[in-house]
Amino acid sequence: MASWESLNALQLDALKEIGNIGAGNAATSLANMLGRRVQMTVPRAGILPLKEIVSLVGEEEEAVACVELIVSGQAPSKIFFLLAEESALLLIDLMMGRQAGSTRTLDEMGVSVLLEVGNILAGSFLNAFAEFSRLTFIPSVPAFACDMLGAVLTSAFLESGYFSDRALVIETQFYDETVKISSHFFLVPEEQALGTILKSLGLEI
Amino acid sequence: MRPEERPEEIKVGIADWKTALSPARLITLGLGSCVGIALYDGVNKIGGLAHIMLPESSQFREVDNRAKFADLAIPDLLKSMLRLGARRAYITAKLAGGAQMFSSADKRLTILNIGERNTQAAQRVLASLGIPILAAETGGNYGRTMILDTSSGEVLIRTIGRPLKII
Repeated sequence: MASWESLNALQLDALKEIGNIGAGNAATSLANMLGRRVQMTVPRAGILPLKEIVSLVGEEEEAVACVELIVSGQAPSKIFFLLAEESALLLIDLMMGRQAGSTRTLDEMGVSVLLEVGNILAGSFLNAFAEFSRLTFIPSVPAFACDMLGAVLTSAFLESGYFSDRALVIETQFYDETVKISSHFFLVPEEQALGTILKSLGLEI
Repeated sequence: MRPEERPEEIKVGIADWKTALSPARLITLGLGSCVGIALYDGVNKIGGLAHIMLPESSQFREVDNRAKFADLAIPDLLKSMLRLGARRAYITAKLAGGAQMFSSADKRLTILNIGERNTQAAQRVLASLGIPILAAETGGNYGRTMILDTSSGEVLIRTIGRPLKII
């Protein structure tokens, strides 16, 4: 069975490239929705254990927002999109065409915006994976949490079924002329699913 | 209190447990659906804190870390406290965490109720060991940081946007 540790640099590069293509898809979808350009890049991608993911994103008690979806199909997985609360507020400003800093608290409208961005990102990354792997990925409607990083992240691993302590992490950056917002996108495949995905991508170990 | 006067603070990670002697404080950060179990011998002033992720180890083929599971972590923590000189008859417990952090229209994302199952498993294991639970701050939909003060046995619960609570 494929394990996360056995991925080599070439395989990680391939995953990052797929992440970049996903980000490109997402930027196009966002531009269509907003009627203006929003850029996205993938500075880093890699596979990390839960304990390191906490320190990658921030401090355990820091407030974060998280959108989670379950993916069914040939490679069952879950995905989540996580960003610091401050970044979430900036992202809402960016999406709503407001000046950066206008959104001060996360209200229902803000949550809807984040869920929609989460949906678009999930769809875009999954489409990129689907294109290369010829596998079908079907995302669920999203779930949402906003609270302490440690609590949100561990619960994202546990609450919709526990498969693994490890995730494929795609760091994403949204930006326009004035603002740059960092966030992280996670893919946690079920036990057999990682092997299925890698094999379908021609990256068999 | 100025920082330099504070007693030593020992951090307990995710899927981890630690013991300490008075006046050290044991702290675990950001419990969501995980459960924190504080054990305390108030006579010998010996404390222990576990941060478990899952209720039962029996559902898994491989157990890479015993501290991840309520059914293994709590007896291991108890043993370690007894080795430090704690007396079983004096040990009591306090619980925190076991929340449901995510909400969704899709039931598949929330139906497992892992937080509640973690809390129930901790209660079950403590009952089987004959350890009384003095207080619990569990459930709800918010994260908690849990701090055990081994000089008093008090447990502080810190959250985002709620007043500090002592149990």
